[in-house]
Parts: sequence; C-alpha cells; structure tokens
Amino acid sequence: MSIRGTEIKIEGLSQRYPSRKVPTFNRVDLISPPGEALAIIGRSGCGKSTLLHILAGLTKGTEGRVLLNGTEVTGPSPRWVMMFQAPHLYPWMTVTENVGVGLTFARWGKKEIAERVTEAIRLVELQDFAQANVQDLSGGQQQRVALARSLVMEPELLLLDEPFSALDAFTRAALQKDVRAISKRLGFNIVIVTHDIDEAVIMADRAVIMAGSPGDIVHELDVDLPDPRDRTDPEVQKLRARLMATFQEAANYKKPEVSLAGAGR
Amino acid sequence: MNFAATPARQGGFLNLGQIALQRLTWAAGGLSILAVVWLIAGHLLTSNPKLASYSTFGLIPTLQAFPDMWEAGKIQNASMASGYRLGAGLLIAILIGAPLGVLVGRIKWFAAYSNSPFQFIRMISPLAWMPIAVLVFATWNGSIIFLIAIASVWPVLFATAAGLAKVDPAWFKVARNLGAHPLQMLTRIIMPAIAFDVFSGIRLALGVAWIVLVPAEYLGVTSGLGYAIEDSRETLTYNHLTALVLTIGVIGYVLDSILVLLIKHFSWHRGGA
Repeated sequence: MSIRGTEIKIEGLSQRYPSRKVPTFNRVDLISPPGEALAIIGRSGCGKSTLLHILAGLTKGTEGRVLLNGTEVTGPSPRWVMMFQAPHLYPWMTVTENVGVGLTFARWGKKEIAERVTEAIRLVELQDFAQANVQDLSGGQQQRVALARSLVMEPELLLLDEPFSALDAFTRAALQKDVRAISKRLGFNIVIVTHDIDEAVIMADRAVIMAGSPGDIVHELDVDLPDPRDRTDPEVQKLRARLMATFQEAANYKKPEVSLAGAGR
Repeated sequence: MNFAATPARQGGFLNLGQIALQRLTWAAGGLSILAVVWLIAGHLLTSNPKLASYSTFGLIPTLQAFPDMWEAGKIQNASMASGYRLGAGLLIAILIGAPLGVLVGRIKWFAAYSNSPFQFIRMISPLAWMPIAVLVFATWNGSIIFLIAIASVWPVLFATAAGLAKVDPAWFKVARNLGAHPLQMLTRIIMPAIAFDVFSGIRLALGVAWIVLVPAEYLGVTSGLGYAIEDSRETLTYNHLTALVLTIGVIGYVLDSILVLLIKHFSWHRGGA
C-alpha cells in the first residue's frame, strides 16, 4: 500500500448560518503541502469541526472553495476520508467486513477486497481480531478498526475529528503515534481537528490556531520535532509550552484559574 | 491476550449444539405433558356415559383421523387454501407496513400526524371490518386477505419504526463518507440494521394473522382450515375437528419457529434476543 498525498488549498472559505448574525468563520485561507500532517487547534465552537466537514465534502461552505490537488471538493469521496470522534462501526459486520465496507460500495472484486483488507488490518495491528465481532472489542481496538476502514480506501487525505478524545490516555497516546507513523510511511496528508495541545504536538508537522468570532486562523506554528516523538522529551515539552502560550494569547485568554478545555489531559 | 473472539452472527459457536439439545428436550417434555393431559381428558369423556358422544375429541381418535384425512387430501387442501390467504395477507401487510414504518421512523412530521389515526384504526378489531370487507370485495378470498392484512400491518409498521429510531445516524454519515450510493445505503446499512426489528414485527403479525384467519374462514368460504372445522362440526366428525385444530397448532408453531430462526440470524444486538 503506498499513497500519495495531496495539496490542500482552502480559498476564502466562509460559513454562515441564517439563524446566526455572526458567521461561524469568515474568508479562511490555508494551504497544506502534500504529505503534511496539519493540526487545527481551537476551543469548542470556533468552527474547526465545521471546517473539517467542509473539507470532507459532508457540508458545503457558504462561500469560497476547497481544492485538493487542484480539484474542487463538492462532495464526499474515498480520496478524502473522515474519521469521527466515535468509531461508529457496523455491529452486524465482523472486523473484516467493517474494514472492507467502503471497497464493497465501490464494487471491488472479492479477491482484491480481501487482499487490501488484510493489509489494512495488519497496518492497525488487529490481525488476531479479523473475524471478531466488533462489539467485543475495546474502545481503542474499535477506533483502530475505524482507522483501517479509512486507510483501506487509500485516501490522499485523512481527516480526523478529535478521533481519540473518547479513549483512555494510554490508548490515545498509542493511536496518536501509530496514525502519524502510518501516515508518514504511506505518505498521505492528515488534517486533525483537536482542542488537545498534546495531540497536536505529537501528531502534527504544523499547527494552526483558530479563534475569534467569526473564527479565523490567527496563528501558526511549525512542529519541527524528530520522530518518534515522546511526551516526556524536553524538546516536546518545550514546544508544547510554546504552543500553549500562543494558543492562550490567540484565544484572548484572561482567566488563568479556568483550565482550557481538554488542554491539560 | 484474554479475549474470546465470537463469530459476528451466530453469537457463541461451541455451545450451539448443547443449547439446541436442551431446547429440544424442553419442547418435547412440555408437549408430552400437554399430550398426557389431553389423554386423561379423553379418557374422562369416554368413561362418562353422559359425555360419551364426545369421546372422539380424545387424543387417540384424533390421531387415528389423520391417515384418512391425509389420504382424502382434506388437510393438504385446507392448509393450502388457508396458507395462500395467510401468505397474501401478510405479504400485503409487509409491503405496506415496512415502508410506512420507515416513514414514521425517519420523518418527524409524518410520525406526528399519523400516530393518532394509526392507533385509532389499530384498535378496531379486525373482525369488525368483516361486513365492510364483504361489501367491498367481490370475492371471499379478497375480503379474508384484506382482514389478515389490516390485522397484521400494525406490528410490522410499528416494529420497523422502532427499529429505525434505534439506528445510529452516524452510520449514514460514515457510509456516505466512504462513498455509498443511496441504494447501497438501503441494502447494506438500513436493511441489516433494522432486519431484526422488522422480522420481530412480522412474527407478531403472523400470530395475529393466524388468529384472524380461522374465524374469518368460518364465514362464507368453502375452503381452508376454518371452513374444514365448521364442516367437521356440522357432520359431527369430532375427531376430524380436533385433528384440524391440531394441524392449525402445528402449522402455526412451525411458522413461528421459522421466524424465530430468522430473527436470531439477523440479530446483532448484544444482551438481546
């Protein structure tokens, strides 16, 4: 399995709802080169999740456009696949069937599906559970199945919407590392939306901070760290502190006694 | 790793044979008790001179009636006629009930408007429709099929709606995200997700339909199990009557068991059926 990344170009993207006076975000511009892992950090309600849904083609922006390798995103496609907060697996299917479901939608042959699914399951290290009932898996294993279900489509771009926030700290850390490692090995782009500074530092090549009303990208920071990254590494800690400071400044943060949502986890 | 991998559909594989054997033992035991009670009642009828003319209601005369009736084709013909009406009525109920159930389950305003009229019509005894059905439909068959359909449409409709209400909306989002077409959404996601509930509804519908069928056949028609029972009563062949009653029980039991198997096959719920 080898995948090429894609150049993401967001041009003047706005989203406003008729029921609200202020747009969710207004004329956002952003470029991400092929193979980059980009983190979008922001507090709840800053519009980062909406932005991700537009990137996935699941929602339409009011203005502007998204280009992937020059092609405008007008709807969902196996080339850009989203992973959600919860795994949302199909409980009537085995692990193997869940992973292959996207390929059956695309009417692939049985043999090709079997080959690709086996590879994707190996990638997420669930070989021993290939025929298991997904309801018997732990939360982390289920999210691995969801990851394999996305990877099997060989997407150029994997969109992650706070995908590990429901998991315990150890499982979360393992998956963050694994997803980054897989993306670097296969070469696809990642856009991860998160409110967890740690997650951005561990997973991303670059972090952008969204804030304000209407939301906009107010800062960006290169996460220039060698792999594999470890939380306890002083370099990682230093960058985490810098990112946190930028985030607080950007969010116009004034009350130090209130902790940032999820930032300390 | 300490992990019990279970096949997705069967749910527990090693114990399946044991469980089946145990169920079979229970069924055989329960039915034997029923047979003994019947045997004793038959004996009481025979030994009491006042009731001796009803002695053919007993278990033994009933079982003795089967070979003759089978040879004359009485059981087969009656079962076929009734089966056709039941099948046609149920099919109509499913074809109307399942799509309406989807509408109730998916569209809020439709559910809001339809609830009262549906509950109102549901509470009318199916047999109360009989005179109207006879007036409206040209044939007896038509009116009986109508009665079965109107009796059994409700369990299918409400079970389908309840099944859809439990469906995780994110399943649709994920499928769309992975490139599912609307038809694939229906066949690969919606149908397997609610098959368990739909078949549970059909099982209830079958029970109601089977109950409505026999009395409906008491009136007018000259075929079917209900008619055959009436006929046996009038010709005083009581052992034929009980043989037919027994046949009704057996067919109903078999059909119900088939649906139970289907429900089990399509069940993915944990801690449920």
